[in-house]
Amino acid sequence: MSINLDAKVPAGPLRDKWTKTKASMKLVNPANKRKYSVIVVGSGLAGASAAATLAELGYQVMCFCYQDSPRRAHSIAAQGGINAAKNYQNDGDSVWRLFYDTIKGGDFRARESNVYRLAECSQAIIDQCVAQGVPFAREYGGQLANRSFGGAQVSRTFYCRGMTGQQLLLGAYQALSRQIHSGAVKMFPQTEMLDLVVVDGRAAGIVTRNLVTGYVESFSADAVLLCTGGYSNAFFLSTNAAGCNVTATYRAFKRGALFANPCYTQIHPTCIPVAGDHQFKLTLMSESLRNDGRVWVPKKPNDTREPASIPDSERDYYLERKYPSFGNLAPRDVSSRAAKEVCDEGRGVGPGGRGVFLDFADAIKRLGADKVREKYGNLFDIYFQITGEDAYTRPMRIYPAPHYTMGGLWVDYNLMSTVPGLFVLGEANFSDHGANRLGASALMQGLADGYFVIPYTLGAYFADAGGRKVPTDHAEFKKCMAEVTEGTNRLLGIKGKKTPIEFHREVGKLLWENCGMARDKKGLEETIQKFPAIREEFWKNVSVPGSGADFNKALEQAGRVADFIEFGELMCRDALARDESCGGHFRTEHQYPDGEAKRNDEQFMYAAAWEYGGPGKTPTMHKEPLVYEEVKPAVRSYK
Amino acid sequence: MANKTLNLVLHIWRQKNRGAAGELVEYRLDVSPDCSFLEMLDLLNEDLIRKGQEPVAFDYDCREGICGTCGVVVNGVPHGPVKGATTCQVHMRNFRDGEHIYIEPFRAKGFPVIKDLVVDRSAFDRIIQSGGYVSCNTGGAPDGNAVPISHVTAEAAMDAAACIGCGACVAACKNASAMLFVSAKVTQLAMLPQGQPERAARAKDMVEQHDRELFGGCTNQYECEAVCPKEISVKHIAALNREYVKSTLAGTK
Ligand SMILES: Cc1cc2nc3c(=O)[nH]c(=O)nc-3n(C[C@H](O)[C@H](O)[C@H](O)COP(=O)(O)OP(=O)(O)OC[C@H]3O[C@@H](n4cnc5c(N)ncnc54)[C@H](O)[C@@H]3O)c2cc1C
Ligand code: FES
Repeated sequence: MSINLDAKVPAGPLRDKWTKTKASMKLVNPANKRKYSVIVVGSGLAGASAAATLAELGYQVMCFCYQDSPRRAHSIAAQGGINAAKNYQNDGDSVWRLFYDTIKGGDFRARESNVYRLAECSQAIIDQCVAQGVPFAREYGGQLANRSFGGAQVSRTFYCRGMTGQQLLLGAYQALSRQIHSGAVKMFPQTEMLDLVVVDGRAAGIVTRNLVTGYVESFSADAVLLCTGGYSNAFFLSTNAAGCNVTATYRAFKRGALFANPCYTQIHPTCIPVAGDHQFKLTLMSESLRNDGRVWVPKKPNDTREPASIPDSERDYYLERKYPSFGNLAPRDVSSRAAKEVCDEGRGVGPGGRGVFLDFADAIKRLGADKVREKYGNLFDIYFQITGEDAYTRPMRIYPAPHYTMGGLWVDYNLMSTVPGLFVLGEANFSDHGANRLGASALMQGLADGYFVIPYTLGAYFADAGGRKVPTDHAEFKKCMAEVTEGTNRLLGIKGKKTPIEFHREVGKLLWENCGMARDKKGLEETIQKFPAIREEFWKNVSVPGSGADFNKALEQAGRVADFIEFGELMCRDALARDESCGGHFRTEHQYPDGEAKRNDEQFMYAAAWEYGGPGKTPTMHKEPLVYEEVKPAVRSYK
Repeated sequence: MANKTLNLVLHIWRQKNRGAAGELVEYRLDVSPDCSFLEMLDLLNEDLIRKGQEPVAFDYDCREGICGTCGVVVNGVPHGPVKGATTCQVHMRNFRDGEHIYIEPFRAKGFPVIKDLVVDRSAFDRIIQSGGYVSCNTGGAPDGNAVPISHVTAEAAMDAAACIGCGACVAACKNASAMLFVSAKVTQLAMLPQGQPERAARAKDMVEQHDRELFGGCTNQYECEAVCPKEISVKHIAALNREYVKSTLAGTK
């Protein structure tokens, strides 16, 4: 396959690129829009906002999700907030500053033009959500309230208590519901996409399995949008919802879409530590807690005293010590690594010594317990339910956990993948966060992509390419359907001894240890060697009871785990090839004497986009050079 | 943290599909008190799968009490013994060693059983589709600060908006009424300036759709509020009743 990694970045100064693009794009006239159909896979912030907005414009939309209702997409779980360069606080914020913070936060590994556009769109997102009735927190005078998030020195994060994702998603879900009601969107819940159909090099449709009846079906449209979220569950234990998967994007990868930077994963610093082997997921404590909580560990290793009886002079507030200007709000990758470091030194707290304290005693003294409760009450409740401990009287214990994935399908400026007609939005693409994402910017990106970018770029694609709808009785559709059915039957027929979850745990642990917070050449090479055997064992020994014509969670899991096993290998290959440290990708060989990540701009200033090589074959890497026209990449410092 | 394991006797509703008859089946299991309720079911299922037997179907996604996917009736109480928590937030330290635990689906005419503990709650989506939104297309919204909303109003709207659409209110109600669910959305939007233009029609349309979905009427039993994982107050139902009366009096759409 000849690969054209043209990012289609418009010419001209950064601040004019998007304005000019919009002004000069070809349009589809209103009466013609209904002739075009669009498949939207995913109903999270990216998918729901895109599906609703495209339907409002007049396109025929089909929207799919695996949950029993589009309202339950994983975006619902986002707690802390959403960034926007409104500068309501008069504290020096601007589009430029939000753009710069995001580019710097990503350790100069994102595409400049996309990030600038994201910052530009941020303002309209807040306005749109307010108009939908999203109950953002307000000041007493009735103005919108803001809080601070990691990696920024201004207060630009909008929030709804600790349930910002829920409220933003419900806003988008309600807009989507309105379009379902009017007949402009046909919604398919509990329907999992299991393949992408490509005809004559263009995305022609998808193959799905109904998760209640097992019915395998195909759908065709003029364009396909993947808004299927991230792949943190590759690590098995993560803060993501149980069903989050890489299946949609990985199967598109197998059909020719390039996968960019799979090794860029974010390990969130504030999660509840692992308590035992019974655990199936980890729980995030929002980063907003770091506005008022102070992170510390005992100065002495193996200090098992109760936290309250450790005097201040024997505590190490290590983030405040190492990063005086950002303190407890240092970016996520930096904070996570710092926590790992103190635990590696034997100074960790709690079971297994894998934890650090997040202490609210000072905040309670300063603000009073009521104020703290109003701000964070629901997070303290969650903490209590899980650990049985009261964070008002005893510091929380936290530890980093996989949380977000910056890598994703490669897309150009218009959010189109390397397969024409296949667009990728939200966490599923790779475009905006480089090697590390700043807090409160994923919600922003999902909604920017769905509300404000794709409505323009998709129209331009249609105006240019015309309708391409291929009927589902085309041979390629039949072939893909047969393959999906065969895959399902194969899983059911193995009748082995190990559960899908056992395989998932095994692969997850391997990735966490070798492709998690710290990586090195030897570990990665050894890990890559292990994958073929795991894959082989999986296809010989997995147990999937029950039938395919039925609600069958074990079958769903098995399909997703099979993809995670293959994908884990790709993550490791990417991590191995990127022989530098940047953002969340920390190669222990490349660090400054003080332990900070050491980038190598000369050799690695590119996005690595991987091309599938065929079953059991090594994938090929292609490079998109990252050209910084206006920003000068610098050593990232939060000191 | 307690380390002793609990020996439990589980009685779980098994039902092959919508049409089939179901029954309670007994299982014995030892678990750590630090396990969550769903992790206990996971462990049971892992065991069944290893033996090549069909696992117990139950649904979940976020496992942190926000997506509203999970939900079973535990010893007669939707979501189980912890107040203000979803099933996935219940931990086994809330049960005694040797306890018999009865686990059943959320039952209601409007929520047919799909399999074992999984029910079809699509009726809730259709209720929202009938009017649970502000009709504003993307683009052209005024500045977010253009219309001030008092802190108190925003907080009150948020209290209502916190509903996760799990359906526990329906499962708890002897009339299988979904009025708490409907009222939470209607009052959230009725409190906010953005919700005013469609206020009357919204209340009427959503209540009518509620009735079409075979949910019963509210007779002020307050069981819904008691089991709501987000502790949504029944005062929203009273507010909904006022909205509904006004909308029928206005007779407009
Ligand atoms: C606990 C937590 C807290 C967070 N807090 C914040 C925060 O405060 N601020 C912030 O900016 N970001 C936050 N994030 C990150 C942010 O929530 C996500 O990155 C974002 O919501 C992703 O949105 P999305 O629309 O891309 O995908 P998702 O919301 O994950 O939606 C994916 C959709 O795709 C569907 N889908 C997936 N696979 C398939 C398939 N094979 N077939 C059919 N459908 C499929 C799903 O059903 C779902 O509808 C948080 C993340 C977590 C885990
Ligand atoms: S699984 Fe999401 S609320 Fe329980």
